[in-house]
Amino acid sequence: MTGVGELPETRSVTLSVNGERHEIDVETRMTLADCLRRKLGKTGTHLGCEHGVCGACTVLVDGRSARGCLMLAVQANGAEITTVEGLASRGGEWHPLQQAFHEHHALQCGFCTAGILTSMVEFLGENPDPTEDEVREALSGNICRCTGYQGIVRAVLDAAGRLRARNGAIAP
Amino acid sequence: MKPPPFRYHDPGTVDEAVALVSSLDNAKLLAGGQSLMPMLNMRYVLPDHLIDLNRITDLSYIEESGGRVTIGAVTRQRDIERSDLLRRRCPLLRKALRQVGHPQTRNRGTIGGSLCHLDPSAELPAALAALDATVHVVGPNGARDVPMADFPAFYMTPAIEHDEILGAVSFDPWPAGHGSAFVEFARRPGDFAIVGVAALLEPGPDGTVGRAAIALAGVGPGPVRCAAAEERLAGRAPDADAIRAAALTCADIEAMEDIHAPSSYRRHLAVELTSRALHAALAEPGAGSPK
Repeated sequence: MTGVGELPETRSVTLSVNGERHEIDVETRMTLADCLRRKLGKTGTHLGCEHGVCGACTVLVDGRSARGCLMLAVQANGAEITTVEGLASRGGEWHPLQQAFHEHHALQCGFCTAGILTSMVEFLGENPDPTEDEVREALSGNICRCTGYQGIVRAVLDAAGRLRARNGAIAP
Repeated sequence: MKPPPFRYHDPGTVDEAVALVSSLDNAKLLAGGQSLMPMLNMRYVLPDHLIDLNRITDLSYIEESGGRVTIGAVTRQRDIERSDLLRRRCPLLRKALRQVGHPQTRNRGTIGGSLCHLDPSAELPAALAALDATVHVVGPNGARDVPMADFPAFYMTPAIEHDEILGAVSFDPWPAGHGSAFVEFARRPGDFAIVGVAALLEPGPDGTVGRAAIALAGVGPGPVRCAAAEERLAGRAPDADAIRAAALTCADIEAMEDIHAPSSYRRHLAVELTSRALHAALAEPGAGSPK
């Protein structure tokens, strides 16, 4: 702890990240993305522009996508965070989005991938059967400089089908 | 560590927030953070105190009472976009919000934050200007109301004192059967609009326009109401000629110039997008259609 009246100040926060509970001290000015990477070792969340434009640091906060660079870690106190590390099953089986990205060559360098995957988890949860135009619009908040997006669009559409089939299979 | 060091405060009530903001020097209020956090990360702003409003649940609500709709300042843009009440009573807000940033930023961004940041190209202030909304401000001496028309004091500066906070915004929804549209031009979806147009049309007797409201984003420091265009439409049959004549009143508005577009191009967009917005509003069920 720093002394009273001195900066930087710290606070104790409790975060649940991919189902694991963490009690940590963070500087109040630390962004959620920096906290995930530096305090918790979740380096799958990438930092590109650090001002909310590129989308690489997108994580799910209580199920909603958010820029990890535009939130303070103290603001996530008590929240459930999902990062790209939390998408695969505990047994290591990839999420249908991850499988589809692999098969459709929807990544090259991979820097943008984590933010796209987390964004698309939310998008397909809300819109399980999107059109290609809807997928393209949904991807507009994430910048990829390698792929030209064609493979990403195909992968998201394919994953939507896989998720519908999976969810249909377990529906009553 | 990107943001500069500051002392962090997270009051749980409006009173606590007002007490903090009126007693601390060089304090910034943090709502959804989708504009302030980038400014902190780039150290454009160096506050000594950051007052986070996100714990004040009393500032997050959408309600209708006595025919007037009120939205709390810290209500998330995404919650406004999805509100059944607003979908029914004020579809314009959803249409404007669909063009604000991206879902990832609307999940955090708030209506009050957008109003107070007051970016010249922002959609929500333009929509609220078209709605003749009232901004409710809370300070150490109590509450006061600011009409949306008086809310922009200067470039990116709302008419709010340093010891006040924005509590809510309210408006009278237009009657059922009105038409609305929000049309903008940006280089990519989610980019800042170069020009945006909010339009509302209420049908009058015998297929005429009863009332029209048109507000532009991206031409002046704050939203610009197009009184001349509105007057041209009221009482007239909204045919293509009337819409064209109304839109053409925007041809000589004073428009700003920056690295994104010269003023002549903004005037061109103002005319074209006003025309498109009026046609779109008119095409809605109940609003009549161009003859």
